[in-house]
Amino acid sequence: MDNMTLIAMASIVIAGITTGFGTMGPALAEGRAVATALTSLAQQPDASATITRTLFVGLAMIESTAIYCFVVSMILIFANPFWNHVIAQTAGK
Amino acid sequence: MHLSPDQVIFWRYGVFKLNATIAFTWALMLVLAAGSRLITRKLSTGSQRSRWQDVLEIVVTAIGKQIEEVGLSQPRKYIGFLGTLFVFVGAASICTVIPGYDPPTASLSTTTALALCVFVAVPFFGIEEQGVGNYLKSYAKPTPVMLPFNVISELSRTLALAVRLFGNMMSGAMIVAILLTITPLIFPIVMTVLGLLTGMVQAYIFGILAAVYIAAATRVRKPKSAQSVA
Repeated sequence: MDNMTLIAMASIVIAGITTGFGTMGPALAEGRAVATALTSLAQQPDASATITRTLFVGLAMIESTAIYCFVVSMILIFANPFWNHVIAQTAGK
Repeated sequence: MHLSPDQVIFWRYGVFKLNATIAFTWALMLVLAAGSRLITRKLSTGSQRSRWQDVLEIVVTAIGKQIEEVGLSQPRKYIGFLGTLFVFVGAASICTVIPGYDPPTASLSTTTALALCVFVAVPFFGIEEQGVGNYLKSYAKPTPVMLPFNVISELSRTLALAVRLFGNMMSGAMIVAILLTITPLIFPIVMTVLGLLTGMVQAYIFGILAAVYIAAATRVRKPKSAQSVA
């Protein structure tokens, strides 16, 4: 196996693993956050505006970790610097 | 398939390139600025009002109320900055219903620029409210040991703002593009609708987070009564 195949294989596999594992934590966390917010909403419907706003901000914070993983895997697939380096080297030979 | 609208180039002259990000940003800016100008040209306080004035009043009042709820007691002072951020990001994602349009916020350059505006605006408003000395001292609170961490958090939240908006907008376009190759019949439309919703939520988040950061920087510390908001 030459370098090119290795890099392509590693990039594709790691891209999938990154998104797969990276979304697990945020998914559990968002579930917990929404469940707790729903409980609080049921107990105190008067505070719904504050709870909803805080929930949205918190969800965005939690979700951003999943988004980071997604961005990393997109970079690995579509704008891979290592792949570009190998391509440039092969073309230069 | 392109990763960002930076790669769509309309016109090129030497080293100057007119890509989709610049074109759509300017188009949005023109539409928003000219629209506001046209609507506010003949404002009236009577019962005979244009429908557009009502729309604009709803938007401005709603933004002002949200800013006030975050903890900034004078929303009029900050609505110019925070409202523009929200309206621009929101309009950029709402306009995705137009065919052939790429949201400029799906480019990392645009979101970085917006995040840098927040990065500069937070100390600006903070110094305006508290003075240079008090603002700089707020970095060394609660103890001077926290100084490097406060500085790091200032930088990392700017990065997070930029990458969050970019990732959300880019992933919306990317998912639709991927679904078009797998199930081209109905699902791309469903995901586009979902993309509109997440776009508006992200615009809201961006505005609210900027407001929260400014509120944290402008809060004049009173002993034992400082409460963190949101």
